Amino acid sequence: MSIRIHVKVNGVEYSNDVEPRLLLVHYLRDTLRLTGTHIGCDTSSCGACTIQINGLATKSCTLLAVQADGCDITTIEGMANNGDLHPLQEAFKECHGLQCGFCTPGMIMTSADLLQHNPHPTEQEIREALEGNFCRCTGYHNIVKSVQYAAEKMQKEVVV
Amino acid sequence: MSATNGLIGQSIRRVEDKRFITGRGNYTDDIILPHQTYASFSRSPYAHANILNVDIEAAKAMPGVVAIFTGADVANLNGVPCGWQVNFKDGTTMKEPKHPLLVKDKALHVGDPIAIVIAETREQAKDAAEAIVVEYEELDAVVNAAEAVKPGAPQVHAEAPNNICFDWELGNPKSEVEEAMSKAAHVTILEFVNQRMVPNAIEPRSYIGAYDEAYDKYTLYTSTQNPHLIRLLMCAFVLGIPEHKVRVVGPDVGGGFGSKIFHYTEEALLTWATKKIKRPIKWTSDRSESFLLDAHGRDHVTKAEMGFDADGKIVALRSKTFANLGAYLSTFSTAVPTYLHGTLLQGLYTTPKINVDVTGVFTNTTAVDAYRGAGRPEATYLLERLMDLAALEMGVDPVELRFKNFIPPFNGVDEPGYQTQVALQYDSGNYHGVLEKGLAMLGYEDFRTQQKEALKNGKLLGVGFSTYIEACGIAPSAVVGSLGARAGLFEVGQVRVQPTGKVSVYTGSHSHGQGHETTFAQVVADKLGIAMDDVEIIHGDSDSVAFGMGTYGSRSLAVGGSAIVKSIEKIVEKGKKIAAHKLEASADDMEFANGKFTVKGTDKSLSFGDIALTAYVPHVYPKDLEPGLDFSSFYDPANFTYPFGCHIAVVEVEKETGKVTMKRFIAVDDVGNVINPMIVEGQIHGGVVQGIGQALFEGAEYDENGQLTNGSYMDYCMPRADDFPMFETGSQVTPCPHNPLGVKGAGEAGCIGSTPAVVNAVIDALWSGGHKVKDIRMPLTSERVWRAMKQ
Repeated sequence: MSIRIHVKVNGVEYSNDVEPRLLLVHYLRDTLRLTGTHIGCDTSSCGACTIQINGLATKSCTLLAVQADGCDITTIEGMANNGDLHPLQEAFKECHGLQCGFCTPGMIMTSADLLQHNPHPTEQEIREALEGNFCRCTGYHNIVKSVQYAAEKMQKEVVV
Repeated sequence: MSATNGLIGQSIRRVEDKRFITGRGNYTDDIILPHQTYASFSRSPYAHANILNVDIEAAKAMPGVVAIFTGADVANLNGVPCGWQVNFKDGTTMKEPKHPLLVKDKALHVGDPIAIVIAETREQAKDAAEAIVVEYEELDAVVNAAEAVKPGAPQVHAEAPNNICFDWELGNPKSEVEEAMSKAAHVTILEFVNQRMVPNAIEPRSYIGAYDEAYDKYTLYTSTQNPHLIRLLMCAFVLGIPEHKVRVVGPDVGGGFGSKIFHYTEEALLTWATKKIKRPIKWTSDRSESFLLDAHGRDHVTKAEMGFDADGKIVALRSKTFANLGAYLSTFSTAVPTYLHGTLLQGLYTTPKINVDVTGVFTNTTAVDAYRGAGRPEATYLLERLMDLAALEMGVDPVELRFKNFIPPFNGVDEPGYQTQVALQYDSGNYHGVLEKGLAMLGYEDFRTQQKEALKNGKLLGVGFSTYIEACGIAPSAVVGSLGARAGLFEVGQVRVQPTGKVSVYTGSHSHGQGHETTFAQVVADKLGIAMDDVEIIHGDSDSVAFGMGTYGSRSLAVGGSAIVKSIEKIVEKGKKIAAHKLEASADDMEFANGKFTVKGTDKSLSFGDIALTAYVPHVYPKDLEPGLDFSSFYDPANFTYPFGCHIAVVEVEKETGKVTMKRFIAVDDVGNVINPMIVEGQIHGGVVQGIGQALFEGAEYDENGQLTNGSYMDYCMPRADDFPMFETGSQVTPCPHNPLGVKGAGEAGCIGSTPAVVNAVIDALWSGGHKVKDIRMPLTSERVWRAMKQ
């Protein structure tokens, strides 16, 4: 049995028949071929699959594709705007906030959620916001710096 | 050699980042091949069991099932091999039981594969795997290495009596060490467990096997650290298929930390099965499988003794370790507790008598192999815990005790390296320097005042030191060959100058986070005097790269980078001949600097691009010279490299709960010359968190039945962003005297130095409060620290 869903992903409308048990993350990766959203665990712990649904950071392995019916989804592929990197993308490169790159999309999507709701986070607030995203490479040091850098940059853009 | 354009030594932002920050990385699981199928496994739920019957009939009838293979189908294939032979003390070879691709009669650890199911979709494969009915007879299991060697313990392999794989020693004769120890004024004894770690690269292992009948060619996409080595082991030792008909690709790989070095059974099984079904097969491990199957690290049970004279000089060291190897030998598992551990027990000290004794033991657990640091963290933990504990016991300053025992500085150029008692010869070192720098960053005298003040306010503050050394740049082939390695450990670097002067570099090193696409390009662009944009680094594909030994043991730059430099030297030498011909000068009169070939003492010169074009359009060209500008080099290092450093941890222990908080962490590392400081610091940060993870949070826990009780991210405590302060890093540069870049390697340093520093800091905090605790078993959870204070 398949169920038809309609979703908007990175501004594009999609309509697909999916198995009821298909996870949203598998729908994004296998059906839409948006492979920037990664799978690092099976317990919704690692955060590699984090996307935004209706503007809120969400672990896409915790939802079935059918639950996302009617939703507006942003994945890492939708973060750059006409080729201009999002300030967080720029920041992760500038501050060496990534090594193997596997956790990076999830880190950026969670950080984007943080900065939307708290444009001036303290170091501790950044660390707590990223508590649900694992990175095995960077020791988090440069990820925290990346978020600080992006926060500052986004603030300047607002002022301008 | 050419003058440089100053790219070496700069924190150039990474070339590879763009694809990762935009979600365009290409990891194995991102690849879907036409007509691809999916695999899933039926795995043993028991740690030790006879397999009485495997019924696949119901599973075969499930929707979408393409094929099912069991242990009986692959019984004639070889198992996956171990790459390092360690001998018993009497010279007999280690016990090496077969590690089959699927087990047929007996399962030896939880997760041992019984059958592979191949189906049209991932879900159908999983459904059918669950429909396989296996009848088991559960047997008693053994999980602890020290228990496994005792009489009456369950036997894992019939051919390994008492579960002993090997029984090995290194260093001075035991009698000499005993004599020195008996004269010691003080002996510090420490019995401890260096617990089992789960590597936990965030990308789970993933493979696609694809056979192309038209070309009679296999392709294996694999999340590996060394594609060529996988091809060699799989073709020559497991499947007996022709190497030239197999392409192994390691695309973007999401972290390794050792766990993706090894040749795993699934790689060979998918490559074998794809020819059977004539369709590609993908298998991606889920995290639960990763916990059960990816080779674990550490797991030593050790007793160590360090003797001091009345003046505080070390007179002898001895240790006895039971090293858990798991149920099967993994690719490098036997080398880790022996030649990567025992050989490092000289540490930074002038200890005159050392004996290290290691028994390698089979148990009903996941295989244990190299995990970031691999043997060297275990050696450092042993030594550095002993040093701080000895200082506490003798009532002397741990810093003074180290200064008193350090090997004096040597550069390895004006004098030979330092010959240790445990086989190695250190290349160059200035051990006083890193400790002095660390103390200055800490403000040591102020700290002791703060510690006393804190105590008055009811707080326990502690400082812990760790001054470490590691053997990296693995390794001289002749040396490791004499020590039991079954492969050479050189590296290959090809530099292909294109007709337009752009440069493609093919390296046998593999980048899975280390940033080779940046640092290697920096080296090439610097040496050739061209822009970094004109250089591309290609790695990870056995059809593109001539050969390679891969990335582990902090070897990529020291060995792989040196191979590239050798090829660059050949390019420059040939370029001089071409330039000399065109400029009507002698090749001996040519010099190369800043991207120009110039006749010495004149302004007559040709650019690198001119020479490249001439090499491919050889109209005006030396008669005896071949066209083209493309060289490949094999570099086999003269020695290991020996990075070293000083790590200092400051912790606060909450009296009421035992909770440990990291207050400061200082790392001063000397990794030789540095190509890109930003990347080196990043490596240190990551290693430090893995090392602190071992000290405070992580550890695989088996119950007596051999069940891994914390085999998920809900149960295994991974270090998180809010567990740490910002780190304070410092550096010192003592160049490596024997490779052309003077580099030593930075990948593992953080993980080697940090663990004992943190544990020492907790012990120091407890002693400051009057709790004279010798050891707390890692990880130092609140409960364990609290219980230690209550003793």
